[in-house]
Amino acid sequence: MDEMFTKSMARNIFYGGTVFFFLLFLALTFDTMGVVPSRDNHENLTPTVIAGKTLWEENNCIGCHTLLGEGAYFAPELGNVYVRFGNSTEAIKGFIKSRPKDGIPGRRSMPQFNFTDEELEQLAQFLKYTSEINTSNWPPNIMG
Amino acid sequence: MEYQSQAVAKYYFTAAIGLFVGQILFGLIIGLQYVVGDFLFPEIPFNVARMVHTNLLIVWLLFGFMGAAYYLIPEEAERELYSPALAILMFWIFLVAGALTILGYLLVPYSTLADLTMNELWPTMGREFLEQPTITKLGIVVVALAFVFNVGMTVLQGRKTVINLVLMIGLVGLAVFFLFAFHNPSDLVQDKFWWWWTVHLWVEGVWELILGSILAFVLIKTTGVDREVIEKWLYIIIAMTLITGIIGTGHHYYWIGTPEYWQWWGSIFSAMEPIPFFMMTVFAFTMVNKRKRDHPNKVAVLWALGTGVMAFLGAGVWGFLHTLAPVNYFTHGTQITAAHGHMAFYGAYVMVVLAIISYAMPIIRGRAANSNKAQVMEMWSFWLMTVSIVFITLFLTAAGILQTWLQRISDTPMTFMAAQDQIAIFYWMREFAGVVFLIGLIVYIMSFFVSEEDEMNA
Repeated sequence: MDEMFTKSMARNIFYGGTVFFFLLFLALTFDTMGVVPSRDNHENLTPTVIAGKTLWEENNCIGCHTLLGEGAYFAPELGNVYVRFGNSTEAIKGFIKSRPKDGIPGRRSMPQFNFTDEELEQLAQFLKYTSEINTSNWPPNIMG
Repeated sequence: MEYQSQAVAKYYFTAAIGLFVGQILFGLIIGLQYVVGDFLFPEIPFNVARMVHTNLLIVWLLFGFMGAAYYLIPEEAERELYSPALAILMFWIFLVAGALTILGYLLVPYSTLADLTMNELWPTMGREFLEQPTITKLGIVVVALAFVFNVGMTVLQGRKTVINLVLMIGLVGLAVFFLFAFHNPSDLVQDKFWWWWTVHLWVEGVWELILGSILAFVLIKTTGVDREVIEKWLYIIIAMTLITGIIGTGHHYYWIGTPEYWQWWGSIFSAMEPIPFFMMTVFAFTMVNKRKRDHPNKVAVLWALGTGVMAFLGAGVWGFLHTLAPVNYFTHGTQITAAHGHMAFYGAYVMVVLAIISYAMPIIRGRAANSNKAQVMEMWSFWLMTVSIVFITLFLTAAGILQTWLQRISDTPMTFMAAQDQIAIFYWMREFAGVVFLIGLIVYIMSFFVSEEDEMNA
């Protein structure tokens, strides 16, 4: 590199740049926290939905599915599954309940989790809540 | 080896390679499950095997980073490690905790593991990459703090160089940003927002500082280029990393309920994230061209050059491919992401850890470099693994483009599973490339056992 460009100049760019852009990131984060409540559907964050989120986590659903595009890419997107299933929590519950214990020969299959009716309702309500988050019109179509 | 305590790195490097093997075996299992859906079902369902695959990757890279720090910090600080005993103790704690966690994943259903570890007291489980039980996460914090204390004291009481300073900033950042793993709001948008403070600010932030300093160390040692020159490069590379990468976090905030201005911030800044990686490639090649000595450890230099090139391709080019919001709208959460993930992790982090292992292990074992025969074997492993990862990435990219088209763009969009059936051929080819990767890894391990009859002394 050019002799005119010294190590201390490089060091100052590192410290100055890092501090400046981290502060900018904090400012944007602060602003985001103000905007998120108008988009995150928190008014529907009922105890049932929160219990559904816990079930979602404690059964590692993210290990196969994506949720709002994040997760594993082995099984369908579930951020809009409520809409894909015809705005029906019953259809979601029916699907989860009907998974064969030993899978489907040669094909991917969701495990049978033996959820109670109450747990099924919690999961379905969590997925309904998720589908109502304002995601800037993502996914592009109903298929997820 | 200049300082006896550098030898603790050997424990960490050995464990890293062992866990690497486990990671690849589970990678092959989930790769096969993509096309033979009932393989090992229901004994080892996909979600469990994938969790083992990704968690082993993270843990073995952490072992690699720690080993690298224990090796290079005493040498840079020009003194013995503050406490070798603490380093050994933390090694065993980390290894046993890691092994128990993996066994927990494999032996009981995940929900049972959540119950056994009392996840309800402080729910942190079940989020991608952060699946570890809360108690394991607390263990990681303890190990990280003891580790940062140990190397930090060594630096404080010794010579401060840019390399050990940058490494320390990276390691402290690693520990600090991991704390966001304990923050799990019920609000899904908030949950996802803060999750990235660990995940993105690790791999596209502080980990790159660790990467840069390890690479700079290996280049100083193998090329003999003046430290002033190398340190200047290191500063400017990591400056560009954080200037682009911190706001670049925004490329994860397009479609998760966060404000739409992130589409601008994220696109513009993450489009510049390839710059530091490109500079890293130029840096590595320039230093090797300007070398003042011909180090006998040729294969360590090969890994160092490979890190620059593959990190630029995997993290830089394949990241750019889908980082602009209008593109990401269609590719988000498809095999394109998987393609990028594989080459970026291999090119940036796997290769730099293998570079420092390649440089340091012969010295720890009492020689400047391995025999020519062992080095040639290791070079074979370099090419087998690197070419396989290139093909894995290309096949997954092809799968991702088709998936995006069939499922999201076509006038008659298919369901997810129908599209998956259409692209199965690429999953088969990926699996084949994965088997070649495993062969490369076996050759790599065999290179450690080549006898040293025609040992080279420099």
